Amino acid sequence: MAEYDVIIIGGGPGGYNGAIRAGQLGLSVACVEKRETLGGTCLNVGCIPSKSLLHASEMLDLANKQFARLGIDVTPKLNLPTMMRQKDESVAQLTKGVEFLFNKNKVEWIKGGGRLTGLGRVEVTDAGGATSILEGKSIVIATGSRPTPLPGVTVDGVRIVDSAGALALPEVPGHLVVIGAGVIGLELGSVWRRLGAKVTVVEYLDHITPGLDAETAKALQRSLSKQGITFKLSAKITGATASKVGVDLTVEPAAGGTAEGLSADYVLVAIGRQPYTDDLGLDVVGITPDPRGFIDTDHFATGAAGVYAVGDVTHGPMLAHKAEDEAVACIEIIAGKAGHVNYDVIPGVIYTSPEVATVGKTEEELKATGVTYKVGKFPFTANSRAKVNHEAEGFVKVLADANTDRILGVHMIGPGVGEMIGEYCVAMEFAASSEDVARTCHPHPTRSEALRQAAMGVEGWTMQA
Amino acid sequence: MTDIMTPTLGESVTEATVARWLKKTGDVVKRDDVLVELETDKVSLEVAASEDGFLSAIDAEEGAAVLPGQRLGRIGAAIAGGAPAPQTPQTAAETSAVPVAAKASVGAATAAAEKPLPLSPAVQRVVTENKLDAAAIAGGGKEGRITKGDALAAVKARASAPPPLVAATPAREIHAREERVRMTRLRQTIARRLKEAQQTAAMLTTFNEVDMSAVMDLRSQYKESFEKRHGVMLGFMGFFVKACIAALKEVPVVNAEIDGQDLIYKNHYDIGVAVGSERGLVVPVVRDADVMSIAEVEREIGALGKKARDGSLALEDLQGGTFTISNGGVYGSLMSTPILNAPQSGILGMHKIQDRPVVVRGQVVIRPMMYLALSYDHRVVDGQGAVTFLVKVKDHIEDPRRLLLEI
Repeated sequence: MAEYDVIIIGGGPGGYNGAIRAGQLGLSVACVEKRETLGGTCLNVGCIPSKSLLHASEMLDLANKQFARLGIDVTPKLNLPTMMRQKDESVAQLTKGVEFLFNKNKVEWIKGGGRLTGLGRVEVTDAGGATSILEGKSIVIATGSRPTPLPGVTVDGVRIVDSAGALALPEVPGHLVVIGAGVIGLELGSVWRRLGAKVTVVEYLDHITPGLDAETAKALQRSLSKQGITFKLSAKITGATASKVGVDLTVEPAAGGTAEGLSADYVLVAIGRQPYTDDLGLDVVGITPDPRGFIDTDHFATGAAGVYAVGDVTHGPMLAHKAEDEAVACIEIIAGKAGHVNYDVIPGVIYTSPEVATVGKTEEELKATGVTYKVGKFPFTANSRAKVNHEAEGFVKVLADANTDRILGVHMIGPGVGEMIGEYCVAMEFAASSEDVARTCHPHPTRSEALRQAAMGVEGWTMQA
Repeated sequence: MTDIMTPTLGESVTEATVARWLKKTGDVVKRDDVLVELETDKVSLEVAASEDGFLSAIDAEEGAAVLPGQRLGRIGAAIAGGAPAPQTPQTAAETSAVPVAAKASVGAATAAAEKPLPLSPAVQRVVTENKLDAAAIAGGGKEGRITKGDALAAVKARASAPPPLVAATPAREIHAREERVRMTRLRQTIARRLKEAQQTAAMLTTFNEVDMSAVMDLRSQYKESFEKRHGVMLGFMGFFVKACIAALKEVPVVNAEIDGQDLIYKNHYDIGVAVGSERGLVVPVVRDADVMSIAEVEREIGALGKKARDGSLALEDLQGGTFTISNGGVYGSLMSTPILNAPQSGILGMHKIQDRPVVVRGQVVIRPMMYLALSYDHRVVDGQGAVTFLVKVKDHIEDPRRLLLEI
């Protein structure tokens, strides 16, 4: 029976980053993963492959719509199998990369499903059904999440798919219906829209991307609508019948009312994700997840001695980088160090075109808590780089405390903003004021100048708009 | 590497002075060893090591003003470079057998500490425009960095701070037979607060005298049995505290304070008793003295007095009094006008007991007499109230049976 300092159940962003950190700190560590490859949902069927398709489809879209304007005459033609293959190759390379990092940091990768059979004991069942027992001083649950099923709309993996299925459709749908206007639904809807599908997004709430700063969400909806995505808000799907060639859906107003039919070639169910906490033997060690399946923790410690939980199985945003930060902090705490996660500075990005990037509090949150704040806003139409690139959609909005000028939240929509939010994360991590960013030199001409101009706007001295 | 931080100093105390370092850099320290003594407006306090190690850097030298959360110095880890910690730390230090790696890091840490963290652009602007001393601003950001909010708060604090009492004008030259000594923080605070009280209140003093015969007789009669029973000497303070509470109940406004346009009446009786200590006058508070027996009051005063002499008074011991009694008599004062302990509205001055000829029922007799003084804030307490108060105290002292009957 093998004994480890740390056993991590799950090889996703929480699990593999935690395992690497444990290896770095000299702990003996095993990472139990039942998938054939490391990287979890994110790397295999989530963030990474979707970004591959988003990028490729955006290129096609540019070739179709922008090139002629730049003086490049081409007639692009989609080769879907090649596009899918390059995506799969990228994913394979990256999962191999994690494997390499495991070897480098002496992390033992145990293939199979992990299950607690007592404090400090994990039973692993491999693909062939054989079981083995591992013993560990500390056990970290990092099993992540899976798509939330929608009653009445059963995912069959053929015509009705979840996010993983939508990354590997065999053809461009004539009509794709996306149920759920969250991040996943909008990103994958964008992919297929650009590849030629008619896309309808059905959302139960009266607005898209719940939790996002309202002004930013509205701007995103306007932009996506312009791209041809149809939104049916305040609507619910009450029935779905899949046939060999398509799906017949029943749509009703969320508040009740007359039902209508909607036919689709494919349906993507993307109404959210739920923590993966069943069948882990949590009851054996006395851990009871909350009614929605989340594990309550205190600095990652569960109620059970030596058992920790990080990432999507715990409360908070279901984001790979949140899981990664938690895993690192959790392992550092296990190693007797001062691991810490600053939950006020966890950025979020929606990889649509234009992108949305956000960190900190929304205007709605600040209003609700009665914080007095100032707003600085700058449109990309006034940014020279965005302008010459013909991608001047969107804006940067900075929210800062009215008294101390400390940056409380940043919300941006526009070209490449996902790559720029990190600047504000660093600033906020150091409790910077809007003026700090406003007085920091930014290269000209770049889109990043918009970040500075928006910061200037907080105290009313935006210079270029 | 662990930071030695200035602890929270308690409400209304914003600053402390480093009084004395008990360890030198490089000294081996053990957890709970006292490293440094701080002096605040009200008390002195000790900062102990939170873990074993060695004192690797001193950031705030003796005499420096420090704010809560400010780093005083650092403790380096006892184990350096994998070398085991010295078995007998003290000897190890004396024979300079501190691990070489640890010594090297002393130098590094000191060098790092001497160089202040760079200011962010906004902080730089606020500091420069407002001519602030960045070193004097407590940083609330990461690793104690100063944020713009901290700098703005410092500007605001300066705007609302009273003009400094010391060094307002350039220090004058010292002549041959003079000596310049920096006032302790306690002394500076006493100076500032007394002046504040004088500037704020409409202060006035009323006098009376009290025949101490009854209390003295009572005292000599029961001195021994009281001490035997309660383990504390029977003094005069217990009687005066109780007499004052009776008077405060009669004239509640003396137990009140002004807050803007309002009066705040306090339905609790927390009596400050001025005690002289080596460091100066301090006024620890006997809390809820109204529900205490005379013995309990005496015992509490004894305990607080001991703490004052030891310098171990906590801030809580000094805060929140509603009325003060000062006894200049112990130093031989025959008559004085005490200054209010703001924001209180009254202070009773006790004085020396002196045999004096007085007229009782048409006869001149010799009685042990004490002058009483009540200084009060005339904005709150009118003359009639003040005089009534003092008469009430006098009545209770001259006939302590009243205390028993509450009349």
